[in-house]
Amino acid sequence: MQANTNKAWLGVLPVVLLVAFSAVIPLMTVVNYSVQDIFDVQTRVFVGFDWYRETLRDPRFVDALLRQILFSSLILVIEIPLGIVLARGLPREGRLLPLLLVLLAVPLLIPWNVVGMIWQIFARPDIGLLGAAVNAAGFDYNFTGVVTDAWVTLIAMDVWHWTSLVTLLTFAGLTAIPGACYQAAMLDDASRWQVFWYVEFPRIRSVLVIAVLLRLMDSLMIYTEPFVLTGGGPGNATTFLSQYLTSMAVGQFDVGPAAAFSVLYFLVILLLCWLFYTSVMGSSKGPDPYDEDGL
Amino acid sequence: MAWMAWTLPTALFFAAIAAGLVAMTVFELVRPTIPRRGLLPLVTSRGDRFFISLLVSAFIHAGWLGITELPVYMASIGCLVLGGLLMRFG
Repeated sequence: MQANTNKAWLGVLPVVLLVAFSAVIPLMTVVNYSVQDIFDVQTRVFVGFDWYRETLRDPRFVDALLRQILFSSLILVIEIPLGIVLARGLPREGRLLPLLLVLLAVPLLIPWNVVGMIWQIFARPDIGLLGAAVNAAGFDYNFTGVVTDAWVTLIAMDVWHWTSLVTLLTFAGLTAIPGACYQAAMLDDASRWQVFWYVEFPRIRSVLVIAVLLRLMDSLMIYTEPFVLTGGGPGNATTFLSQYLTSMAVGQFDVGPAAAFSVLYFLVILLLCWLFYTSVMGSSKGPDPYDEDGL
Repeated sequence: MAWMAWTLPTALFFAAIAAGLVAMTVFELVRPTIPRRGLLPLVTSRGDRFFISLLVSAFIHAGWLGITELPVYMASIGCLVLGGLLMRFG
């Protein structure tokens, strides 16, 4: 009988080649461009780390990075708990459920620039429903002119757009929990919070990790919605990393600095995702999901 | 490879990373890693520590470029030492 061999790994080779062609080599090319000043294919100068030095000392880069971190933190802090609360509020069965699920999925189906457009009109103080209502309520609201208003609108738009994703993922996780766990919790007279923390949370933790990672990644590269809604303004108040990067790479066609910027951008995302992933998956805090006596 | 504007320093950089990955793979086949907890506050395998070393090195270089005017090779030497320490004790 043939002993175990590792020949099956050869089956992975096409994927490796495809990923190398479509992801690894382009990333290497970006690194390669980031150390050169390129005018055209023939005319290029090796400049070492100059673009990195310039980018890291560019106050607009640092500001955009800080804004990006603030934005991502705020939307996670709002969307994750809100998504969980909504998912727990959904009925587990019944005629209403399919309708609610479809309604929840609607914002996810709208193209991002359309979301930006909807909110741009919705929030306008003169003709928009939201803007006019808020102003009628006595607040002086103008998202194109006031920084706080722009931020509030942007965050409200992201929450409107993406909380459903968290809700649907969490709901999928919740429906997989056996009814016996809830019955046991009921017999033990567990409070709602205890049911969530000891019965539900350990079993939806991995789904939540995916939800948070998806939202984190997506919010870190947010471009379209703020581009349509505020155009990065007022001033640069809502200019995030991707918008600043695009203005460099496409607007000014500075390939070298834009490549250095991209590498730094990539590093920040890599670090945040790794930190988050290891802290959630590696932590042994919280009850063991497979410990049925853990109540 | 001229049309992709490759330079010798970037080629060497990627060759070093690739060599590191190949060496880690061979090492893993010869002597499989046992995840353990060292100085770092988490259980790591050898590959985890390699990744952490690379990521930390990238950020040390970025910080170095952002803050000081001193030559970059000083940061690189520091990173090599730190990487070695992380691989051994991390």
